[in-house]
Amino acid sequence: MKTIYFDNAATTPVHPAVLTAMKPYFNTAYGNPSEFHALGRKAKISLEKARTNVAKFLGAKSQEIVFTGSATESINLSHKGLIEAIQGDFHGTQKPHIITSVIEHSAVLETCRHLQRTNAATVTYLPVDRFGVISLEKLKKAIRPTTVLVSCMYVNNEIGTIEPIPKIGSLIRRLNHAGRKHRIYFHTDATQAIQYLPCDVKVLGVDLLSFTGHKIYAPKGIGALFVKQDTPLVRQLDGGGQESNFRSSTENIPYIVGLGKAITLIHKSKKQTILRTTRLRNILIKEIAAIPGITLTGHPEKRVPHIVSCVVSGVEGEAMILHLSDAGIMASSGSACTSARLDPSHVLTAIGISQELAHGSLRFSIGKNTTARDVTRVIKKLSVIIEKLRLMAPEFN
Amino acid sequence: MNDLFNQIYSPEVMKHVRNPKNMGIMKNPDGEAMVGNQKCGDIMKFYIKVAKKAGKPFIKDIKFQTLGCGAAIATSSMMTVLVKGKSLERAEKVGKTAIISALKGLPPVKIHCSVLADEALKKAIKNYRSKEVKKSKG
Repeated sequence: MKTIYFDNAATTPVHPAVLTAMKPYFNTAYGNPSEFHALGRKAKISLEKARTNVAKFLGAKSQEIVFTGSATESINLSHKGLIEAIQGDFHGTQKPHIITSVIEHSAVLETCRHLQRTNAATVTYLPVDRFGVISLEKLKKAIRPTTVLVSCMYVNNEIGTIEPIPKIGSLIRRLNHAGRKHRIYFHTDATQAIQYLPCDVKVLGVDLLSFTGHKIYAPKGIGALFVKQDTPLVRQLDGGGQESNFRSSTENIPYIVGLGKAITLIHKSKKQTILRTTRLRNILIKEIAAIPGITLTGHPEKRVPHIVSCVVSGVEGEAMILHLSDAGIMASSGSACTSARLDPSHVLTAIGISQELAHGSLRFSIGKNTTARDVTRVIKKLSVIIEKLRLMAPEFN
Repeated sequence: MNDLFNQIYSPEVMKHVRNPKNMGIMKNPDGEAMVGNQKCGDIMKFYIKVAKKAGKPFIKDIKFQTLGCGAAIATSSMMTVLVKGKSLERAEKVGKTAIISALKGLPPVKIHCSVLADEALKKAIKNYRSKEVKKSKG
C-alpha cells in the first residue's frame, strides 16, 4: 500500500538533492571549521555559503544568521538571551515585559513561562478571535513602558491562520521611533511560513525570526535564528564561542549545508509551490466541508496554503488517525487523547471550539509530494472512516 | 518491548482498533450501563445477556459501543473478550490490570481508558442485579 503523507506541518522527508549535498560532509569533507588546515577551511567555506543562502532568503546579512539545533532552540536563545541581555536596564521591582499570544507553539509558551517562573520577566498572553487572528488593538493596549519583546507566530501550526506580522512590525517600529526608554524587540516564529509567505525580515519588521529545517525538506536537528544587527542577546550555550559567540558547539556542517540547500530549492520554486499547494488545499477544503458534521477551523482566507484543519462531530480524533493510518494515510489530530496531558489543544480552546468538538480535530498538511489523486483518496477514505466510527459510538444525547 | 508499548500502541491494541470484538448494539439486554462523558472524550456502553449454569449467573453474551480514542476502543473490546462466558463474580474481578496485560501494555496516559472499561462492565452487572432484585420482589 502506498503511503500518503498528509502531515507535512509535522515534518517533511529530506529532499534527495539536500541529502546529496549533505553526504560529503559526513566522511569526506569532515573538517572542523575552526581549524586552519585544508579540511577545516573547506568546512568553513561551506558553512558560510549556507549562511549566505539563508541570509539572502530572509533579506538579511550573513552575520545576522545563527544556526541552532531546532526552532525550539532558536526561540529559547532569542527570548532567554534577550531578557538576560537587557536585565541590567531594569532596577528595583521593575521587570522586563513580554507580549505573546495564547496560540503560540509550546516552544514560545514554555520559554515565556520559564522566564515568569524564574522572575526574569512578566508576560501577557494575548487572546485571538474565532479564526485565530491576533488583534492589533489588543496588542497596542497591552504594550507597557517596560515591554521589551513581542513574540508572535507568523502562521499557526494547528489551524494554518496567518498573523498580521508586517502590521505588527510597523506598529512596533512606530512605537520605537516615537522614543521609549526600553526598545521593543519583535520576534516571529516563521516555522510554518518559510515555504509559502514573504519572509523578508525588513518587510516583516522583525528583529528576531526563528525556523527549522525539517519542515522544509532538510533533516531534523537543524534550525536557525535571525538576529538583527545590534539586538542584545546573551548566548545560552557557553563554550568555544562559535556562531559569532551566539551559540557554542562545533558547527553541524552536514545539516547546515542541508538547510542551505533546502532553502535555495524553496526560493527557486516558491511561486509554483504556492499555486500548486493552494489548488490542492482548496479542493480538499471543499470536499471535506461536504462531509456532514465537519467544521473547518482557522481563517477562511488568511490561511497558509498547506494546512487544512477541521473538527468532526461525534468522532474522536485519534481513532480517525489510527484508521486513516491503516489506510496508508498519515494525518494529525489535536485531540486531547493525542496529547500527553489529555488536555484539548490550547489553540482550539483559544478559538472557542468546545471541548466536545475539539476531541474530533483533524489536520491534513500538504507537501511537495502530495498529488491530486492523494487528495481524492483521503476524502474517500475519510468519509468511510467517519461513518464507521460514528456507528460504533453509543447514542448519548 | 514492554517498555516500548507503554509509549506507543502495541500490535495487540491495534488489532482491536482495526477489528473490535463484540462491537454493536444488543437488543433486550439483561444489563446495560454507559460511562464517561463527551467532555472527557470517551463514552462506553456495555450490554450483557446473563444465563445460569448450575444456578450460577454467567455472561452469555456481551456487546459494547464506544466513542473514544484507540485505547478506549481496544480496552472495551478486550474487556468483552476477557469476560464472555465467565461467571458474574469472576467477570467483576477481571479489572484493568488484566485488560492491560492482555493488550500487551498501554501508554500511561491511556490507563484511564481501562479504568473506564472496568467501570462500564461492573455497572452493567450491577444493572442486571438490580433488575433481578426487582423481578424477585415483583
